[in-house]
Amino acid sequence: MSQALVIVAHGSHLNPGSSTPTYDHADRIRASGAFDEVREAFWKEEPSFREALRTVAADEVFVVPLFVSEGYFTEQVIPRELRLDEWNVAAWDSDGTSASHATLEAEDVGKTVHYCGPVGTHDAMADVLVQRAESITDDPDVGEGFGLAVVGHGTERNENSAKAIHYHADRLRERDRFEEVRALFMDEDPEVDDVEEFFESDDVIVVPLFIADGFHTQEDIPEDMGITDDYRTGYDVPAEVGGTRIWYAGAVGTEPLMADVILERTADAGADVGEAIDRVRADATGAAGD
Amino acid sequence: MNTTQVAALREAAAESVNCDGLRAAADGDEYSLETPEDRREGLSEEAFREAAAAHADYVTNWYVWSRDRPEDRRAFLRWVEGAGDRSVPKRYAALREGTARTWGELRITASLGADGERRYDLRHAADAEREVVDLSVHDDPLAARRLSKHDDDGRYRPLSTAPTLQTGWVFPGLSANELVRAVDGFYPATVANWYRERTGDLDVSDWRGTAERQTGIYDIVDELSSEQVEWIAESCCVDSQCLKRRQWDEHGGEGGELDVPRGDGEFPCREPCSLVIAAARKWTTLEREESREYTFELTPSEKEQVEAIVDAVAEGRTDEIREADVYEGANRYRARFLRAKRFDEAGNLSGAPTDDEDGDEDESEE
Repeated sequence: MSQALVIVAHGSHLNPGSSTPTYDHADRIRASGAFDEVREAFWKEEPSFREALRTVAADEVFVVPLFVSEGYFTEQVIPRELRLDEWNVAAWDSDGTSASHATLEAEDVGKTVHYCGPVGTHDAMADVLVQRAESITDDPDVGEGFGLAVVGHGTERNENSAKAIHYHADRLRERDRFEEVRALFMDEDPEVDDVEEFFESDDVIVVPLFIADGFHTQEDIPEDMGITDDYRTGYDVPAEVGGTRIWYAGAVGTEPLMADVILERTADAGADVGEAIDRVRADATGAAGD
Repeated sequence: MNTTQVAALREAAAESVNCDGLRAAADGDEYSLETPEDRREGLSEEAFREAAAAHADYVTNWYVWSRDRPEDRRAFLRWVEGAGDRSVPKRYAALREGTARTWGELRITASLGADGERRYDLRHAADAEREVVDLSVHDDPLAARRLSKHDDDGRYRPLSTAPTLQTGWVFPGLSANELVRAVDGFYPATVANWYRERTGDLDVSDWRGTAERQTGIYDIVDELSSEQVEWIAESCCVDSQCLKRRQWDEHGGEGGELDVPRGDGEFPCREPCSLVIAAARKWTTLEREESREYTFELTPSEKEQVEAIVDAVAEGRTDEIREADVYEGANRYRARFLRAKRFDEAGNLSGAPTDDEDGDEDESEE
């Protein structure tokens, strides 16, 4: 029986780069051969959530939200726009970061939809954050002497957004790889503005848990941290702020290993992805051919 | 035509074949093969092969269209070569020359490859006459997604069906599946919705239903009146702005139809899109303001100039107005002169404050 993957993401009316990570991850998964069809769908671009499912032929569709946390989009907008019959957030039985999947029918197309939790809360995201730290420092063993800050937007509409940041920070701290791990936020305490004050380490890697680079990750956060006075002039990596070297990584969502998290989500929901997870992991971490 | 195709036809004849004028059937060891021009019965296997060879175009045509494929994609591919309107001989004659269709701004030319397999050349309609070597050549249909992101001036295209698709590229040799994928990359979901419309199954969502469905920051758009919805459609949904044919109206009941032309596009628009909803949100807040009277002093030519500027922006013509063409009201020098003469230091037209004297809100919004 054929199975399709639809990756649903926010997209943008203004920023052409917003969809790029979604396309990149989709391409990587497509190349892995795990699904008969892989499609991208967007809230602000096309195909829209409303029309994405009719573009796939498979009767069984795995939908993975490329969002950082459970909240307004994953709980209300996406299920509504996909017309998931009888959706209720209780179907996820989540504590705010533990949604795995729910199986429903999409009314307009009569397809079975395995609606997965967002990528941002999956355990495998911790690996992506580490991978991001490795790639920004160009050091596969980075950890000793380094602090790691996981940065979120802040509560806004939904407390789950902060929960996801804390969840990953806690898990990374347990791994005992970095000297210190902290959860920081743009709009609430502890604020990323004062990043150097929260760390003892001389080197701090700052990774925003965002899906795509844009206004927040490329303009706000660099200026708020003081690694640049004007985002248009760019910033150094590392950049020194108050005696601390800040290694700013940009949105974690652009990391190739995100494709692995998407696949893990579908596998958790029962997709038959065969060896694809291993292939994508090897491809995304540059370990292919080893 | 190849032996695999003939063998497949002979096998299918057992269940009987009826495709675009070709009929084939089997009764035990005897076969029949019929086209509008010829009818042969009581054929042995060998005679069947000969008959098939005599009607190779019919056979390859059957073979191509007997392939398992989702109904909408199949219907689209058949539409591309005019399968519903033309007999096999006429269609094959056209395919041998290359037969073209227009889909939005796309030009799709179908032609014949080996053994009747279709090959498709996909390019911008404006590049119809250009040589492949003069265009940037692509073979991966997924490249369409990225080509559709920017117009010829490098500006981002948030609406894939805006009539601003960039030119200068070509996919010269796509297979049928690749063609569908590429078209879907340029104009997502248009094939699926076009097919639904053809089969009477298009799920149109009118303005009211779409507006009422909105939540969060878009929750407010259901405040807009019929007249305002009409203006929105006139602003965003006509052919000069979007190539989809608007099939939604204000509502499905009596008097719910909008007067704005729906457009002549090949594929339908089944509901207000995210761009329309986002713009509608802005208009909802703007339209909450009441009109008020201002007193401006303008010469008759200046009044016409203001109208010319609004018109030029609304039609996207500002780039076309030549630098020294001071006869155009929307010419940059003319606009600068008007601003120098009629704006005060705060940028108020004719010195008239936007709000009352004590109001200081005129620049407060965003």
